[in-house]
Amino acid sequence: MDRKDITDRLAQHGYIAGPDLEMALWLMDLLGRPLLLEGEAGVGKTETAKALAAVYATKLIRLQCYEGLDASAALYEWNYQRQLLSIKARETSGQDPKEIERSIFSEDYLLERPLLAAIRQETPPVLLIDEVDRADEEFEALLLEVLADFQVSIPEFGTVTARSIPRVVLTSNGTRELSDALRRRCLYHYVDYPGLDQETRILLARVPGISSTLADQIARFVALVRKEDLRKAPGVAESIDWAASLVGLGVARIEAASETVLESLMCLVKTREDQGSFSREVAERLIGKVA
Amino acid sequence: MNRDDLDTLLQLPHSAGRAFVRRMVGFLRSLRENGFAVGLGEGRDALRIAAALDLSRPRQLRAALKPLLATRREEAQRFDAVFDAYWLRRGVKHVQPASVGAGAKQASRRPMLGPVPERVAALADTVTRATGEEVNAAESEALRRGGASRAESLSRTDFRHLDNPDDLELLDQLVETFAISLRRRLQRRRKAARRGERLDLRRMLHASIAHGGEPIEIYRRHAPRRPLRPVLMLDASGSMSQYSAIFLRFMLALLKRLPEGEGYLFHTRLVEIGPVLRERRRVAALERLSLMAEGWGGGTRIGECLSTFAKHHARRALRGRSILFILSDGYDTGEPELLAKAMTALAKRARRVIWLNPLLGWRGYQPIAGGMAAALPHIDVFAPAHNLESLTALAPQLARA
Repeated sequence: MDRKDITDRLAQHGYIAGPDLEMALWLMDLLGRPLLLEGEAGVGKTETAKALAAVYATKLIRLQCYEGLDASAALYEWNYQRQLLSIKARETSGQDPKEIERSIFSEDYLLERPLLAAIRQETPPVLLIDEVDRADEEFEALLLEVLADFQVSIPEFGTVTARSIPRVVLTSNGTRELSDALRRRCLYHYVDYPGLDQETRILLARVPGISSTLADQIARFVALVRKEDLRKAPGVAESIDWAASLVGLGVARIEAASETVLESLMCLVKTREDQGSFSREVAERLIGKVA
Repeated sequence: MNRDDLDTLLQLPHSAGRAFVRRMVGFLRSLRENGFAVGLGEGRDALRIAAALDLSRPRQLRAALKPLLATRREEAQRFDAVFDAYWLRRGVKHVQPASVGAGAKQASRRPMLGPVPERVAALADTVTRATGEEVNAAESEALRRGGASRAESLSRTDFRHLDNPDDLELLDQLVETFAISLRRRLQRRRKAARRGERLDLRRMLHASIAHGGEPIEIYRRHAPRRPLRPVLMLDASGSMSQYSAIFLRFMLALLKRLPEGEGYLFHTRLVEIGPVLRERRRVAALERLSLMAEGWGGGTRIGECLSTFAKHHARRALRGRSILFILSDGYDTGEPELLAKAMTALAKRARRVIWLNPLLGWRGYQPIAGGMAAALPHIDVFAPAHNLESLTALAPQLARA
């Protein structure tokens, strides 16, 4: 797929990519490397993977990371309950124990977890490894092994090699420094808050029934809010929510309905502290600037 | 890595010709000189990218090579400059990495010592002058409480008078106990073990086949323990000058034992010193430190430094397993509100916040100075740290952390 094609198709699916991201997605296909996306929460890292799956019309397989994530939750697990039941059921059948063993360690008793599922698909899926910084270093090593060979060896079963190589997207919020080895395997793209123009286009694409004036005003307002000293700056997800709520409330221009705007600010400012520091005066000043 | 491994690339045929490949190898070397981790695999892929692009447009090549060759944000920010210097001959040879984050850079542009409010300056002055009487009082009290042996009286000597090598040796031993009490903490990842709280079904099933599916042998998994990460922040301002050398030594030793930890110095600005502290040769470490810590012994902006930390470093440095140590006397020349705000943010991130204040060991000291009073509600453990004994008393606290 050409670079222009990727952007156009992403736009068709409601995802507006900047030129850098577009380049990274194209390289992903050219080089077959995983893509590591880093950035603040709510800038659309996870959305990228979803949109990518839509563009290539394939399945999205998602692995959410957390501390203590291990092979049995990421790769595969045997279905022990079924295995035990099966052993008990055949106990009196006089079957050869070797035969029983072979059957209970067959595919029927194998529970696929996301990583294994991703390499066993017929058509290459998009594998999203979300918030990889939450998992610990041990998991990173496991991940590297899978990403290097795209095969998984299961002692009781044998080696499962990939039927197709998935497109891998990793996301990180930067709460932990990832290992150099993992970084070097991946292409890297830092996802920043979108520019004014890009955010306006995102709003137009994602919020049904929004006028271009309102989209532009919201984009400018949110950009100003991000410059305020808040603990949690609003991301793109927040501005979409807010835009949707304003459209739902029938607001056409921000300054025309400042009361409604002030009341709906909880879509943007989400911690109690920030709501305290983001006072009425500040909000009104910003509305004035945008108008 | 062997410097010449990139020469292998010269053997590869390329649509743009040998001369281009040689240029590209030169570029990869220039990236290495600038601290980028570039290997043979990246080199091959870089050539593949170049083959797929229109080479008459260098900007496009730059945009395409960036995701491949820059692997973190800081590198991505420097990449364009290195690229332009090499391909477009802009003359820059080395691009310095940005210092401790945007905040620090901003701060360094300001004069080193801000205006010090009179009241606080006066306080700082009394602290430096109060040497003789106070300590004698502390020591005599120690004796009254029955400290007979040499070791004990030593452990109660105020750090300001701790300078002979034996005493320093003792300090190192103490750090050892510290590191041990931080070492054993539960983690979530489970491993096979004889005793443990969860059954290891996989192993039990294997064993049960021999008994016709009867799970006779029990195997378990347990969560092994992992060390907590200490994050130490040392106040190196004038009012702390008599303690900072010892505390620095304390940091040095602790971070050596627990290399996952991190260390910061602050006075009028924040300086990350983790990498320096881990320097193997102690002399070299101290030399580099003294270069970094300009402004050492000056005024303090605790609030400002802690907010810089909260903004730019805390998200990475403080995690569920982190204990934040702040070694400071709490004399802040900035706004107490700023400090309170920063402390709220930090207390939410760290597992525990421990504030060690050498003045707390002095008789009659009350934490009422603006900064200290503002920080107090957000501190889990507020402890004196003026002698070895007080530090030793802290170890059991850590075990409960």
